[in-house]
Amino acid sequence: MSETIIPSKKATKELDKVVIRFAGDSGDGMQLTGSQFSFTSALWGNDLATFPDYPAEIRAPQGTVEGVSGFQVQIGKIDIYTPGDEADVLVAMNPAALKSNLKFVRKGGNIVVDLDAFVLRNIEKAGFVTNPLEDGTLADYNVVEAPISSLTKTALEGLQLDNKSIMRSKNMFALGMMYWLFDRSLKETEKYIEDKFKKTPALAEGNKRALNAGFHYAETIEALPAMYKVPPAQIEKGLYRHISGNVATAWGLMAAAERMGRKLFLGSYPITPASDILHELSRHKNLGVITMQAEDEIAAVCSAIGASYAGQMGVTTSSGPGIALKGEAIGLAVMAELPLVVVDVQRGGPSTGLPTKTEQADINIAVFGRNSESPAVVIAASTPANCFDYAYMAAKIAVEHMTPVILLTDGYLANGSEPWKFPSTADLPPITIKVPHKENGTYYPYVRDVETLARGWALPGTPGFEHRIGGLEKQEKTGNVSYDPLNHDKMVRTRAEKVERVANYIPELEVIGEGDGKLLVVGWGGTFGGMRTAVTELQRSNRKLDFVHFNYINPLPKNTKEIFERYSKILVCELNLGQFASLLRSKFPGMNIQSYTKVQGQPFLVTELKEVFIDHLKD
Amino acid sequence: MENTIDIPQANPLTKKDFESDQMVRWCPGCGDYAILSAMTNALPQLGIPRENFVFISGIGCASRFPYYMNTFGFHTIHGRGPAVATGVKLANPKLSVWEIQGDGDALAIGGNHFIHAIRRNIDINIILFNNEIYGLTKGQYSPTSPQGLVTKSTPYGSVERPFHAGELVIGAQGTFYARTIDTNPKLMTEMFVHAAQHIGTSLVEVLQNCVIFNDGAHAGVTDKVNRDDFQLHVKHGQPLLFGKDNKKGLRLNGLKLEVVTIGENGITEKDILVHDAESEDPTLHLMLARLSPPHFPMALGVIRNVRAKTYEEALEEEREKITTKSKYHSVDDLLKSGEVWEIK
Ligand SMILES: Cc1ncc(C[n+]2csc(CCOP(=O)(O)OP(=O)(O)O)c2C)c(N)n1
Ligand code: SF4
Ligand SMILES: [Mg+2]
Repeated sequence: MSETIIPSKKATKELDKVVIRFAGDSGDGMQLTGSQFSFTSALWGNDLATFPDYPAEIRAPQGTVEGVSGFQVQIGKIDIYTPGDEADVLVAMNPAALKSNLKFVRKGGNIVVDLDAFVLRNIEKAGFVTNPLEDGTLADYNVVEAPISSLTKTALEGLQLDNKSIMRSKNMFALGMMYWLFDRSLKETEKYIEDKFKKTPALAEGNKRALNAGFHYAETIEALPAMYKVPPAQIEKGLYRHISGNVATAWGLMAAAERMGRKLFLGSYPITPASDILHELSRHKNLGVITMQAEDEIAAVCSAIGASYAGQMGVTTSSGPGIALKGEAIGLAVMAELPLVVVDVQRGGPSTGLPTKTEQADINIAVFGRNSESPAVVIAASTPANCFDYAYMAAKIAVEHMTPVILLTDGYLANGSEPWKFPSTADLPPITIKVPHKENGTYYPYVRDVETLARGWALPGTPGFEHRIGGLEKQEKTGNVSYDPLNHDKMVRTRAEKVERVANYIPELEVIGEGDGKLLVVGWGGTFGGMRTAVTELQRSNRKLDFVHFNYINPLPKNTKEIFERYSKILVCELNLGQFASLLRSKFPGMNIQSYTKVQGQPFLVTELKEVFIDHLKD
Repeated sequence: MENTIDIPQANPLTKKDFESDQMVRWCPGCGDYAILSAMTNALPQLGIPRENFVFISGIGCASRFPYYMNTFGFHTIHGRGPAVATGVKLANPKLSVWEIQGDGDALAIGGNHFIHAIRRNIDINIILFNNEIYGLTKGQYSPTSPQGLVTKSTPYGSVERPFHAGELVIGAQGTFYARTIDTNPKLMTEMFVHAAQHIGTSLVEVLQNCVIFNDGAHAGVTDKVNRDDFQLHVKHGQPLLFGKDNKKGLRLNGLKLEVVTIGENGITEKDILVHDAESEDPTLHLMLARLSPPHFPMALGVIRNVRAKTYEEALEEEREKITTKSKYHSVDDLLKSGEVWEIK
C-alpha cells in the first residue's frame, strides 16, 4: 500500500469514453454511488448509459457472491449507446464483489478495492481459496489497495455517529476517489447529501467528509494512474433528466392518456422485470391514472379491456409468463376491436426462465401467440428513454386504429437508464379519437373508417348508442352475432387488413450508412445500443456495412422490402434463436436473410458484434 | 348514505325498452327465459337512464344474456366477466354494471375473479345462474353439481364435493348475498332491485333449471309438493317462518339452527329467530346460506346486505388526498420534476 503523502501534479489522459463499475454488498449503497457518479457526469456534459446489476436473491447473506450489487456506467465525449462491454475501472468493496465482477473488467484495467475488507473470513465467504490480492489473480490489472473502511472511520472521527452509520459512508469515500480520478466536482453530490440527510445533520456531515476524504486520498496516493479526462460530449441543447426504461414507459402512457383526454387504466399483476411500471403509475393517481393490482394476469388484462370498453385507455403490463396468460383476452380485444396496450417487458424464458435477465424471445408470442387469426400491432422500444415514445405511440395507435397493441421492451431497457432530453407534451404527435356516428338514426358498432378500417368507440353512458359486442363473430357493420361463412371470411380478412394499414401511419425505416450494398445488419428492440455502436465503429474504420433497426414489428414499415432488395446479404441479430429473422424470411421469401443469435440473458457486446460483422464482410 | 341511482327520467322506461331485437336462442323451457323477463321487469323500477346500464358476461348459456338486453352489453370470455366488469366500473363509476355468469363460469374457470371482485366490494351486481351443470358444452358436471350426479363426464356419478355460492360470498367478505329461483318471477325481480340498490358487490344466486341436461335439479325446492316446506323466504327484520301456514320456524339451539313448529312443545313466535340481513357478523348468514333439504328448507331472499366502503369509493378518497398534496398537476410537471439539468 502506498503511504506517499507528497501531492503530485499528475499527467492527465484524455479519453473518448470510459466504463466504470461499482460493486459491493447489497447494503453498501452501490446503486446510489453509481447514480451519483452518473448524474455528476451528465451535468458535466458527458453522454452516458447505465445499467444496474442487482442480485437475484433479495436478501442474500452479507459478503457472499449472491449478495453483490453492481452498477455500470459508460461516460463519453462521443455518443454513448450502451453501458459498455468491459469496465476500465472496477470499484470492489469486498472480496465477493471482486470475485463476481472481475470477469467484467478489461485486461489492464484498474481495480480499486477496500483493503480493509480483505480479511480471511470475507475472502473465504467469497469463495476464494487464497487472498486474491496476494496470489497473482490480479496480475493483469492495475490494483489500488485502499483502506477505505479505516480511512472513512478516521475521517468521521468526532461525529456523533454509531459504527454502522460510519461504515455506511464508505461508499462516499469510494465515490470521492472516482471523482478525483475523472476530474469531477463534488458539488452536486454534496448538495444531494445535504438534501437527503436534511433531518440528520451528523449523517450529512459524515457523508460529505467521507466524500472529500476519498477525493483527497486519491489525489495523494501514487497508485492511481493518470487522472482521466473525459471531455463533454456534443450534446443537443435543452432540458435533460435521467430516465429508466420502465419509468419512461409509464410516463409515455400517461402522456398519451392526458393527450387524448382519457384516464389511464392499468390492470397489472406483479412480475419481474415489469413491476416498476405498476409501481410508477400507482404513484400518479392524481393525474388521472387508475391502477389496480389484479388477482392474476388474466384479470389484469380483462379489467383493462373493460376500462377501454367504458372509454378509458386500458393498459396491462407484464413479462413472458404473464403474457402467456393474457393470450385469450388479447384475442377478445382483437374481436371486440377495442383499444388496448399490452406491455411485455421481456425476460429470459421459457417458463420462469431467467427472471432478472434480458432476452428478446417474445416476438413470436406477440405476433402469433393467440388462437386463430388474431392480428395485433406489435412495436418495440430500443433505448431506455425511447420507451416513452413507443409507449406513447402504442396508446395512440390503439385508439386511432381500435386495436390491441403489444409493446415489447426488455429487462435491459427496463432497468437501464440514460440522460434524456425530454419533450414538452405539446410537441408530441396529436391523438385523434373518432366520434361514432349514427346512420339514419341507428348506431352500428362495426361501421368502419374507410381509411383505417377502425370502428367507432361508442361509450356506455351515451344515449342512443346502446349496443352489444363480444367474442363471437360479428356480422359486418351491425356487429350482431353471425355464423355466416362468407361473413366470417370477410371479417377475418378485414381485421388483418386493419392492422396492415397501420403501416400507412408509422415512420419508414432509416438506413444508417452508405455501404456498397453488400451487407445490411438488422436489429430490433433493445439491442439498438450495441448494434449502433458496433456499426458506427466499423464504419469509422471504413468498413462498408449498413444498418437498420426496427421499432415496428407488425406491421413492418412500408419501405422494408425496398431497402432489403438493395443488399446481397441481410444479417438479423437478436437475443433469441432467430424469431425476427424467420418472420422476415416469411415476408420476403428469396432474400438472403441470415441470422446471428445469442441467448445468454445478456445483451450483445460491441466487440462481439464487430467480430461477427467483420466475418460476414469477408465472404 | 348516498344511492347509486341516478335522477329518474321524464318518461319512465318500460319493460319493452329493455328488450333487444335479437332472437332469444335458449332451449324452449329453459329457466333463463324467466330470468330475462324478471330483469326487464326490474330495470324500469330503478330510475336509471337506459344508456347507463351495462351487462357484462362470460361464456355459457347464461352468458348470452347481454345480447337480449337493449342496453350496453359485452359478452366476454369464459370466467372473466367479473374482471371486465371491474374495469368498466372503475373506468366510469356512474354506470350500473351487471355481470351475468353460469355456475361453471363463476365458480370453476372464473373462481378467482369471482371471489376477488367480491372481496374488493366493487359496486357491481353479479347474477349467478346456477343450473348445477355445464349447459353450453352439453352437459358436464359443474362445481355446484351434487355428489353422485351422473353427467357426460361423470358416467358413474360425480365424486366431487360441491361449492355453495353463499359460502364463497361470505368467505370472500361479501356484503350482499341473495338467493332466488327461476320459478318465482316476483321474487327474482325483487332480488334484482335489491341488488341494484345495494352499494358494493351484490351477488344474486338464481336457482335455474336446465331442461336439457339437468332437468329438475332444484325440484326438491321448487315442486308444488315441496315448495312450502322447503322454501324459507327471509326478510330483514322478520321472523324466519315457513311452511304451509307459516307455522314452522327456525330457532337457535346452542350454535345450531333447528326447525321448530309454533304451537308444539310450547313454541311461540317469540322463540323464532328474527332475520337480520344487515348484521356485520356473517355467522347467521352463513348458517342460512348452508341450509338445504331434506332436513331444512332452502333460504330464499336477501340473506346478507351490509354497507361497507366500495373499492371505487376508497380509490376516490385516495385520489382526493393525493391531489391536495401533490406538486404535479400534469405530465409536463412530472417530466420536469426531480433532477433536471440544462445543456446550453
Ligand atoms: C377458455 C374456455 N374454456 C372452455 C370453454 C368451453 N365452455 C363454454 S361454456 C362452458 C361451461 C358453461 O357452463 P356454465 O358456466 O355453468 O354456464 P351454462 O351454460 O350452464 O349457463 C365451457 C366449459 C370456453 N368457451 N372457453
Ligand atoms: S342447455 Fe340448458 S341452460 Fe342451456 S339453454 Fe338449454 S336448457 Fe338452458
Ligand atoms: Mg351452468
